[in-house]
Amino acid sequence: MTWEMVIGLEVHCELASATKLFCGCRNAFGDEPNTNICPICLGLPGSLPVLNAQAVELAMRIGTALHCEIRPSSFARKNYFYPDQAKDYQISQYDEPLNAGGWLELPDGFRVGVTRAHMEEDTGKLTHVGEGGRINSAHHALVDYNRSGVPLVEIVSEPDMRSSAQARDYAAELRGILMATGASDGRMEEGSMRVDANVSLRPAGTTAFGTRCEIKNLNSLRSLGRAIEYEAARQMALLESGERVDQETRHWDEAAGRTEPMRSKEEANDYRYFPEPDLVPLVPDAAWQERVRAAMGPMPADRRAALSALFGDTALGAQADQIRAVVDLGLDTMVEQAVGAGVPAALALARAANELAAEGDRGRALPIGSFVTLVEMEAKGELSATQAKAVLRAAVADVERDPRQLAREMGFEALGADTLATAVADVIAAHPDEWARYMSGEDKLAGYFINEVMTATANKANGKEVAAELRRLRD
Amino acid sequence: MSDGTMGAVELAAAVRSGARSARAVTEEALAAVAARDDELHCFLRVLGDEALEQADAVDAAVARGQDPGPLAGVPVGLKDNLCTRGIPTTCASRILDGWRPPYDATVVRMLRQAGAIAVGKTNMDEFAMGSSTENSAFGPTRNPHGRDRVPGGSSGGSAAAVAAGFTPIGLGSDTGGSIRQPAALCGVVGMKPTYGRVSRYGLVAFASSLDQIGPFATTVEDAALLFDVIAGHDPLDSTSLPYPSPPTFESTGAGSEGVRVGVCTDLIDGCAPDVVARVREAADALSAAGAKVEEIRIPELAYGLSAYYLIAPAEASSNLARYDGVRYGLRVDAEDAAAMNTATRTAGFGAEVKRRIMLGTYALSAGYYDAYYAQAQRVRTLVLEAFARAYASCDVLLGATAPTTAFALGEKVDDPMAMYMNDVCTIPSNLAGHPALSVPFGTGGDGLPIGVQVLAPALAEGLLFQVARVVEAAAPSPTRGAGQ
Repeated sequence: MTWEMVIGLEVHCELASATKLFCGCRNAFGDEPNTNICPICLGLPGSLPVLNAQAVELAMRIGTALHCEIRPSSFARKNYFYPDQAKDYQISQYDEPLNAGGWLELPDGFRVGVTRAHMEEDTGKLTHVGEGGRINSAHHALVDYNRSGVPLVEIVSEPDMRSSAQARDYAAELRGILMATGASDGRMEEGSMRVDANVSLRPAGTTAFGTRCEIKNLNSLRSLGRAIEYEAARQMALLESGERVDQETRHWDEAAGRTEPMRSKEEANDYRYFPEPDLVPLVPDAAWQERVRAAMGPMPADRRAALSALFGDTALGAQADQIRAVVDLGLDTMVEQAVGAGVPAALALARAANELAAEGDRGRALPIGSFVTLVEMEAKGELSATQAKAVLRAAVADVERDPRQLAREMGFEALGADTLATAVADVIAAHPDEWARYMSGEDKLAGYFINEVMTATANKANGKEVAAELRRLRD
Repeated sequence: MSDGTMGAVELAAAVRSGARSARAVTEEALAAVAARDDELHCFLRVLGDEALEQADAVDAAVARGQDPGPLAGVPVGLKDNLCTRGIPTTCASRILDGWRPPYDATVVRMLRQAGAIAVGKTNMDEFAMGSSTENSAFGPTRNPHGRDRVPGGSSGGSAAAVAAGFTPIGLGSDTGGSIRQPAALCGVVGMKPTYGRVSRYGLVAFASSLDQIGPFATTVEDAALLFDVIAGHDPLDSTSLPYPSPPTFESTGAGSEGVRVGVCTDLIDGCAPDVVARVREAADALSAAGAKVEEIRIPELAYGLSAYYLIAPAEASSNLARYDGVRYGLRVDAEDAAAMNTATRTAGFGAEVKRRIMLGTYALSAGYYDAYYAQAQRVRTLVLEAFARAYASCDVLLGATAPTTAFALGEKVDDPMAMYMNDVCTIPSNLAGHPALSVPFGTGGDGLPIGVQVLAPALAEGLLFQVARVVEAAAPSPTRGAGQ
């Protein structure tokens, strides 16, 4: 039998607000444990939550970017006992989410439905100590409440995806959107974006859903893809041998490359949701929604289209991938400005998508002006490709420095036309036999002469210009 | 004991004018507590040094010519579910053993700014669950009007402290009648403001959608003075009304001429005959003072008690989940976290608290939510609508506060339903979020105080005080200064 995968994703996104969802504590990753805490996010008796307007705006941006309807909403309490939960309930939107009924378009044009994107608070972070850190064998646990009350938006997709590649594309595109809205830094490795996958199989051609499993602990796009493939294969093996799939939550073990049942939380948790009486309904009026919409920049799809337009009809294949990478990393403004300054689009795109992207976060911090100056120098032949890449690395390492000055200090100052001509003439004079062979049509000797000129000028000459000079002398 | 008979208005005036020092007033209050509270047990903790320090600050302000505030030097008792920075706040429960809040409740801060002197944390039913103060983990409070009688509850300590003359004013919290009922049983004025009028920040929650902090006093005027100090918007409480509370103190004497008073038979029926008689007399007094008095029926109020005993426990089951032994308070160690939670909560909570947690957990459970919690919320809407219809033809309502005078210690402690019936007249105002007040009006055949309840629509605290003052003026015999 042929099986069809049915995949839906639940993505938790930590909002990049300055402070937490219900108190004034700093919302920051990696600080000393239990330093960003107060009576409210510790759930001390008598404390009360006050909703953070900035977090609401970021959540509205997400909803807007995902074409959701922004609706009158409210908060509820999700009750369960767990030591990382300061109040032993989580404040979360339940039956009245802020954003509902949207969609996300993948780069290939496929639309994935977005059921809802609701607000909730994060829990603290538990660290199990002793015996390898697994929950069952730990001696004791430490709790860091810095994360308690950090604002989250949970984005729930429709079960519209049919392959792990589609799921990866969805997560990647969503990540780009979250970053473009300014709602999140999108760092999966720091838990800013956490993905749970619901996976089920059904006989191809049928419409009823099979029994699904929810997979947790997917900390990268790669994990997401691998886990879905593993889980689909596991379920297929069960179904084909006549067994059934149990609905359960499974943990992705990255090292072992498999999913495993989570420690039996299968006490059929009854969360006893009820309206949060400490908060009033959240009903953003039309004017607020419009302000949020107006303040939003273009989304990744628009930005990819804008970059593609720079290539006219000729952006194809590898360049499409480069465009996607540049937009994902938020480097597209650099490319656009460089092109605006007269740099060939292909060159600006290549430097951004390859060399700058390789620098990660540091690359993003490079001043746009430095990038434009650098690719301009390369475009004009003042720097060779090799030199330009070296200067780019240096400029990223020290963003305060001017690339022109860096190039000078690195000895990459371009030779003037006269100096270049003299250097070429000197090399020709020193190698008359080779010159004669070149003149008689042995083109490959051009490389020999370029190499010699480079050596003679301590790499200051531009290879292309040397080649042009050689051709001029020959023709 | 001169201060025990002096109201807050006169005391503050004396301190502000320099005629009396806040220190002397505070020392007298502390001395009275030391002399007589062993017997009454109004206080769980007396704040001797802290109170004197605060009194000195008030006196220093007076000496500098600064205004020390409208409650300058007035001793006040704080119900022990109001957070006080660095001072144990127990909710009369073992579960909060050793916990000292790192912050003051907003009302505590406002009282201090107004020059009031917090002389102690008062006894209460554990987590404000009860109507007799017998559910305190630290022993009951006795009624100053009869040592074998309960003071009512749950704010029994604050009410009894005012009735005993320890403090002219006090703060309580009212979720289903926990200010008004003890006020009635102790013969003092007790008032529950409109929901959202007074910040709940720092009030340890029992049932968040019903809880409201309010004043106790010996007179309506003093209650209004205290109410004006604590009322107003607080950005720390999202349910706090987002505008200022208009002052009520200046206009409490405006009378009841032309005020339409509805004597609500549903808030009288079933009460003891002498309670009914006092309410009728109060209505007559209002009529004599120019009010237009008529009877009104609001049968929907009868459903209030049932709805309340689903909504309040449901919210409580969630609010009290945090007492799990992980972060503060009592911890009873066990083999793992879940077992530690269970052991801690089993040891830390009293029987009534456990009963309500179970009740509330059940009411919110999957499969029961619609039949219980959701249905109760619909009844709540029904009560609100019924009040709205009544207030189309009345400005205020009149009824009993409690069905009887103070009952004997131990009399109802083993009969939860009989205890719950104490709140039948007070609960509707909590469900509606409306203000209501109990004013002493004579005594029963047993010589114990009776309170008459005045109810008003949302935000009408001013009118409430105005009408209550007319009732107060007509009261047969003042009950102030009990136990002296």
